[in-house]
Amino acid sequence: MSAILTIVHLTLYEALRRKILAAGLIGGAAFLLVFGAAVFFANAELARNGNTFLERQGILMLLTLAGLYASNFLAVLLAVLLPVDALSGEIDSGVMQTLAVKPIRRADIVLGKWLGYLIIASAYLGLLFFGVLAVVGLVGGHVAVHPARGLGLMLLEVALLVTVTIAGGTRLGTVANGVLALGFYGLGFIGGWIEQIGALAGIRSAKSIGIAVSLLSPADALWRMAMFHLQPPIVRQMLGQTPFAVSSVPNALMVVWAAAFLVVTLAWGVRSFARRTL
Amino acid sequence: MSDVVIATHGLQRRFGPTLAVADLSLSVRAGEIFGFLGPNGAGKTTSIKMLLALVEPSAGHGHVMGEPLGSREARARIGFLPEHFRFHDTLTGRELLRFHGRLFGLRGMPLDARVQTLLARVDLLDAADRPIRGYSKGMLQRAGLAQALVNDPALVFLDEPTSGLDPLGRLLVRDIVAELRARGTTVFMNSHLLSEVEATCDRVAFVKQGRVVREMALNGAQGAAYLEVELRLSPIGDTVLDGLRRFGTDVSLTDGGRVRMRVTGDAALPAIVRWLVDQQVSVFALESRPKSLEAWFVEVMGEDQRPG
Repeated sequence: MSAILTIVHLTLYEALRRKILAAGLIGGAAFLLVFGAAVFFANAELARNGNTFLERQGILMLLTLAGLYASNFLAVLLAVLLPVDALSGEIDSGVMQTLAVKPIRRADIVLGKWLGYLIIASAYLGLLFFGVLAVVGLVGGHVAVHPARGLGLMLLEVALLVTVTIAGGTRLGTVANGVLALGFYGLGFIGGWIEQIGALAGIRSAKSIGIAVSLLSPADALWRMAMFHLQPPIVRQMLGQTPFAVSSVPNALMVVWAAAFLVVTLAWGVRSFARRTL
Repeated sequence: MSDVVIATHGLQRRFGPTLAVADLSLSVRAGEIFGFLGPNGAGKTTSIKMLLALVEPSAGHGHVMGEPLGSREARARIGFLPEHFRFHDTLTGRELLRFHGRLFGLRGMPLDARVQTLLARVDLLDAADRPIRGYSKGMLQRAGLAQALVNDPALVFLDEPTSGLDPLGRLLVRDIVAELRARGTTVFMNSHLLSEVEATCDRVAFVKQGRVVREMALNGAQGAAYLEVELRLSPIGDTVLDGLRRFGTDVSLTDGGRVRMRVTGDAALPAIVRWLVDQQVSVFALESRPKSLEAWFVEVMGEDQRPG
């Protein structure tokens, strides 16, 4: 355990020194600033135009969901880009050789990197998530979102992508791994759209194909589930068909499936790295 | 711990159709400074990597420090300097050593003290708190050497330890290896620089096409092990030449009428002289000099070898 923590420490320290954390913070702050300005002016204009409280709540809700959508996208990118060369890059540069001869298990190296990057990606997501809610809360007063479930699902999504990227890095070079990890996410993304359109139009085959694709790549399904649970039922009814409406909602089994997917992928990555030539 | 620190039998490694190491059968004793020599592409680095469990052997087996290859107990007492030492270049030299020490389970004051000692030993105290990004190649290599010694190992693997070092840096490595020898640490060294090997190693193995083709002791501590001898004698006949073959090898007559031969150990010299005198042969001169490692290298590798 202490070896894992040493690797986690190195990973976090590296991210700090390579100014990755600083870049993340600055990027996140800029995003929140722009978002806050948009919410502020939108809210002021809505109030001037004499919109009712409920109408204002609806628009604020849409803006909040848009902000969380963007946060999700940024977190997804970070979850892939950050660990994409964690293993492959260090194997290529020879750094890994000096690590792997130490009296630690190779699993400690994989798990340490995984945990380190998971901490960074989760913190980044948390920062954006609560930043968006805080901005909307400050500018527009109360917004009726249910954050706990939504954030939990988004964290699982980010964890899944970090895991897939780390596991891919035990076998693939940096670029190939990045292509694979983003391709993995993209697969679920397009699967999600097929499923939604199928559900909306009542095309059962499209919906089934979409669900099947989501099983292969559950990341985006978790986001859609998160979006559904962020909106209280009354808001979903009030808003009707918006870009953030979810016509086919993944159920709790999808969470179990995604968690199992993560565990199996991580176990595969540990095993794959243990046997690898360095 | 037994006297043998590294013992391997028929270790083999294939990479697809390529046979990188065909048959690595070695035995290295405790306290030895062991040189592992061979041309580029002979499988030296792959061999070291198999001993360190960075590469899994395709066949064969071996023990290091009395444990099967890759055992964590053994790795706790091993140090390794890879051929091109690199590390996260945002770390400072001190942080790098502290980090590697922590992976050996060192903590707190003992770790700080050890790091300080090593930084001084490899002459990096001045640069200790600068990121290694700004280090010269030689400084980085010295940081790598310190990293290999952070756990006070009983066995150290050095893969081309002097590559990229200037003469002073090479001298520093030589001194450190001498200190390790004095402390009873076993050193396993890959090197192209035969003069370095000659100056530091007790014993060497020559590797050719992934096979150990010859092992031999070097001068160093054990006295002149391999000597080239030149004799001026009279008379010289076939009986004399045949008789000399009992004392050494490669007995030949030069164009200048001198006898050349090779012997193992300088104990052979008085025996040769005694025998010649008994045979009523006059000895006018006897010169002996150790055979240079370079001469051995060329001989063992054969003339068919081209630069790798």
